[in-house]
Amino acid sequence: MTGWVARAAAAVEHVSPVVAWALGAIFAILLTATAAVWVLGRLRPEADWTELRQRVRTWWVMAAVFALALLLSRRVSLAFFAFVSFLALKEYLSLIPTRRADRSVLLWAYLAIPLQYLWIDMRWYGMFIIFIPVYAFLLLPMRMVLIGETEGFLRAAGTLHWGLMATVFSVSHVAFLLVLPQDLNPHGGGPGLVLYLVFLTQFNDVAQYLWGRTLGRHKVIPRVSPGKTVEGLLGGLITTVALAWLLAPWLTPLTAGEALVAGVVIGLGGFIGDVVISALKRDLGIKDSGTLLPGHGGILDRIDSLSYTAPLFFHLFWYLHGPLVTRLWDR
Amino acid sequence: MRWLFFWLLVRPVVLIGLGRNVRHRERLPAGGPAIVAANHNSHLDTMVLMTLLPSRLLPKVRPVAAADYFLRTRLLAWFALRIVGIIPIERRPAAAAGEPSPSPAPPAGGERRADVLAGVEAALARGDIVILFPEGSRGEPERLSDFKSGVARLAERCPAVPVIPVFLHGLGKALPRGSALPVPFFCDVFVGEPLTWQGDRKAYVEELRRRMDELAAEGRFAAWT
Repeated sequence: MTGWVARAAAAVEHVSPVVAWALGAIFAILLTATAAVWVLGRLRPEADWTELRQRVRTWWVMAAVFALALLLSRRVSLAFFAFVSFLALKEYLSLIPTRRADRSVLLWAYLAIPLQYLWIDMRWYGMFIIFIPVYAFLLLPMRMVLIGETEGFLRAAGTLHWGLMATVFSVSHVAFLLVLPQDLNPHGGGPGLVLYLVFLTQFNDVAQYLWGRTLGRHKVIPRVSPGKTVEGLLGGLITTVALAWLLAPWLTPLTAGEALVAGVVIGLGGFIGDVVISALKRDLGIKDSGTLLPGHGGILDRIDSLSYTAPLFFHLFWYLHGPLVTRLWDR
Repeated sequence: MRWLFFWLLVRPVVLIGLGRNVRHRERLPAGGPAIVAANHNSHLDTMVLMTLLPSRLLPKVRPVAAADYFLRTRLLAWFALRIVGIIPIERRPAAAAGEPSPSPAPPAGGERRADVLAGVEAALARGDIVILFPEGSRGEPERLSDFKSGVARLAERCPAVPVIPVFLHGLGKALPRGSALPVPFFCDVFVGEPLTWQGDRKAYVEELRRRMDELAAEGRFAAWT
């Protein structure tokens, strides 16, 4: 027990002060949110604040688990993101129509998760980037063919691969930021980049929601997501771009101009990821993807925007710094 | 042993491997005696129902299970009786087909039937929470088959004991009958209002079935073919 505590303390000491401050700031924001909900409840006791209270409470739990996963060690962080992928894929496969004949194929699809995160742990970029788009894409239909059930084959193969891309391939891009060389981002390191991406993505969600609730009048895509408004989208986008620019010097090696582009990518990408999962849920005739996160819904409801922002941000970053990363790794 | 099995195997498998979406959890019994009547699709059904009740009630939770299946070998019997804590009952394969019609059973048969439920009745008298599958077997995965009358006969004999209907979905996908390969799937657990004895077996079974169909209609489930 004491060994664990000592190891945890040692691990926390390795975390850069910037990351520690950023995590502290997240909890300060949550404290403000809790206080705001309390004040709202006092001002208008007749209204029902249960869902908002639940949502804030779940944010606390998620932030605590995320902070812990980020602080303990790189391996723990990778395992955490692998677990998030597992939960998301499981939720997805439980929601969509699947075929009884494909039960063993689904097991193979689950096996892609530990492998994908293993490539990350090995810093094997080439394998990480093609494993699901190429090998899983080719192998899973082959496994299905061996079973021999052709009715509904295309639908089964297509939906399975879509799910792997959205829940495993996309999410794993967050984790890959963790294994980038420390010299690339001297004060924040990998955890700094992860915090930058995840915080901006989640904050963008909340900002779009808040702007939409206060100013929203014109609907963006009423057929898919009636709650989304132009005002919410633009307000959120501007807030996110401003924050991206403000936080970049602390958490990333991005220049001011690059940070503005990253802000636009995260703001717009987050919105698209959100409405894509909304369209999926509408197609399936459900409101929430699950009940895992009280006040939010399921895990897919929470990582919907991240499934777009993670690969988009990562590949923007890779375009800018990829050559340097490979040089630093070779050294 | 039962405690270890529960904390090291049942809880991790159900909570991490599977995951549950529970609706109306507050309707579950806070203590015994009670009967939890669920639809049956998989061996995992019992495991999930065990995790739903607070763990301090674990010693009181007793699943009713078929003696002909679970007492086949000594090892399985030991596991079923000592670890899972089942109450074994004799299934009557001949009667299983034409159950709903209340046939004028000869006195000897009636007495034999009385003996079948004696173990369950004794457990309820001790204040246990009995898990019962009115379908009698797992049947086709994710399809509700007809209810047997055993649950009604039990309710008649213990009219004060509440029967809580629970609808389970998804476990037939995770581990259907005839498969040894568990695949992770979230399961849905919808708990219904407790049912009390009204004085007629046939009406009772029909009412339980109606409640179960109502619970099933609360969810929207993707096709599984």
